[in-house]
Amino acid sequence: METGLITDLLQFLFMGIQRGAIYAMVAIGFNMIYNSTGIINFAQGEFVVLGGLMMVSLTMSLKLSLVFAFLMSVAFVTVVGILMERLTINPVRRPTVLRLIIITIAVSMLFKGSAMCFWGKGSHYMHHFTDAPPLEVMGATILPQSLWVIGILALVVIGYVMFFNWTMTGKCMRACAINRDAARLAGINDRRMVMLSFALSAAIGAVAGIIITPIIQMDYARGALLGLKGFGAAVIGGLGNSMGAVAAGLLLGIIEALSGGFISSHYMDAIALLVMLGVLFVRPGGLFGSSEEVRLKEF
Amino acid sequence: MHAKDYIGFSILIGMVLVMPHLVGNDYYVGVLVFAAFNCLACIGLCLLMGYAGQISLGHGAFIAIGAYASGLLTTKMGWSPWTAMAAGAFLAMAIAFIVGIPTLRLKGHYLAMATLGFASIVHIVAVAAVDLTGGPAGVLGIPRIGLFGFSLDSDIQYYYFAWTAVVIGLYLAFNIIDSRIGRGLRAIHGSEDAASAAGVNTSVYKIQVFALSAVYASVSGSLYAYYVNYIDPGPFDVMHSILLVTMVAVGGLRHLWGAVIGALLLSLLPEMLSFAAAPLQAIGIEYKPDYDIIVYGTILLLIMLFLPEGLFAGLAAGCKSAWNLFKKILKGRPFVRE
Repeated sequence: METGLITDLLQFLFMGIQRGAIYAMVAIGFNMIYNSTGIINFAQGEFVVLGGLMMVSLTMSLKLSLVFAFLMSVAFVTVVGILMERLTINPVRRPTVLRLIIITIAVSMLFKGSAMCFWGKGSHYMHHFTDAPPLEVMGATILPQSLWVIGILALVVIGYVMFFNWTMTGKCMRACAINRDAARLAGINDRRMVMLSFALSAAIGAVAGIIITPIIQMDYARGALLGLKGFGAAVIGGLGNSMGAVAAGLLLGIIEALSGGFISSHYMDAIALLVMLGVLFVRPGGLFGSSEEVRLKEF
Repeated sequence: MHAKDYIGFSILIGMVLVMPHLVGNDYYVGVLVFAAFNCLACIGLCLLMGYAGQISLGHGAFIAIGAYASGLLTTKMGWSPWTAMAAGAFLAMAIAFIVGIPTLRLKGHYLAMATLGFASIVHIVAVAAVDLTGGPAGVLGIPRIGLFGFSLDSDIQYYYFAWTAVVIGLYLAFNIIDSRIGRGLRAIHGSEDAASAAGVNTSVYKIQVFALSAVYASVSGSLYAYYVNYIDPGPFDVMHSILLVTMVAVGGLRHLWGAVIGALLLSLLPEMLSFAAAPLQAIGIEYKPDYDIIVYGTILLLIMLFLPEGLFAGLAAGCKSAWNLFKKILKGRPFVRE
């Protein structure tokens, strides 16, 4: 009995980490756009869906190789993200936050509708990246695809840290996030940085969609809930704080998997959302920000 | 209310009286009844979005609360429809305070995401709590509401009843925005810092308006339940909340008339699109109701990009410049700048 409990616990833990990795990536995407524009991009979940569905078409219908299809799907969604910024965010003069948010809602409706037109209403199956048999750890099974998910999250995080700390462009983006006017005075083209943030967050969303599709089977309507939970991770980690978001994403995934396993699978999603609301109400600065830092920020 | 608003009311009441005779059959009367429910919810949402500058993506949940409270209290507890509706409104208001007090103290648009999360939770509970809500099967046999002993059995009777509710709701909303609260709200929309410096208790006002808009949504949900006599979780998903925001934004955030126009227009849009399906078929495009979401998205995007004040403000500006041109033509100098 005792070993059974530990096996269950391990199994839910693995499941939670795999789910959480996706929320973490969606949360990083939210943070990037939030840092550069101050808005919450409601189309973030749709980037994930578009990436996943594109990958399905390229690998399953066109039979392209995995690596090539991966790069093509990410490139496709990145272009979508850039177009979104150039056509709908950039042209708005004297933007108000309310107006920009409604624009992203409109764009998410367009993405969702277009995805339904192209890929239909059904859910799409895709092969796992590798055919290796599932691993067994103390009775719990791990899908090789979960290892891919975790490995790619690690790569994304390493790439993120390197980009924002070691490249000039990354440093410029950080400067814009801290103080846009000062960055502009220092000669940084802030509008280009906004475009870049949409491109990067679309790319990360696409990566998340591609790696999760073999496990959950993507369909056009998944964007809203994925986006909402990713936002939950971003809030729990402290909006704008991407390393906090990664930790919070994993935490949220684990909480969700455990509550799905031990409480009720019907209410699994509701519990994850309740955790998000709870943090929003009690500690809007997130769990990981120091209270001093939180006081300086505006809420 | 201004003189113009009284003219607006006369036009609205005139249209309400004339429309059933124009459309003729019961099906379209039914469509107009549903439009009335959307109008009522949108008037409340407009108070929140246009006057308090906050966005709620959870009003579908308040509609669900009204509908389920009415449905369950009348069928399982045997309450009268009116008491059940009041109880639903009270419940929605209480929940709005619980959700609103923590989030509306934050700046920015945390309320949007908090309400979106809240709406998802309500939808999940409506589906999963089978013992309470009946789950996906829903609640059957909800009675029709009566008025002074008359039951409103026919569609046309219910049509007049629902639109009367809209007119009353609109009248109350106009009175609120002309009161001290309304002036305070407009000040918040302009600049929250300036408003609070001038003595407006910004967070209290925002929370009160949020609760009031929840009551509007809840009443609209109750009226819906009494009309269709059957509810299931389907119509109360997150998409419906987003659609309500679309209606208000398309009509115009800054004015209650905008909300009415937006709600009417987008409620009737699916019907108009199904009319357009046949001509589109003729030129080789097959239009399905599934595509409605793309049309909604496109309309919302175009309005937000090119007419951010909404259709109503655009219409008003258009009328004004046409009137000015007309006056100039009367004077015989159409091309002279004054």
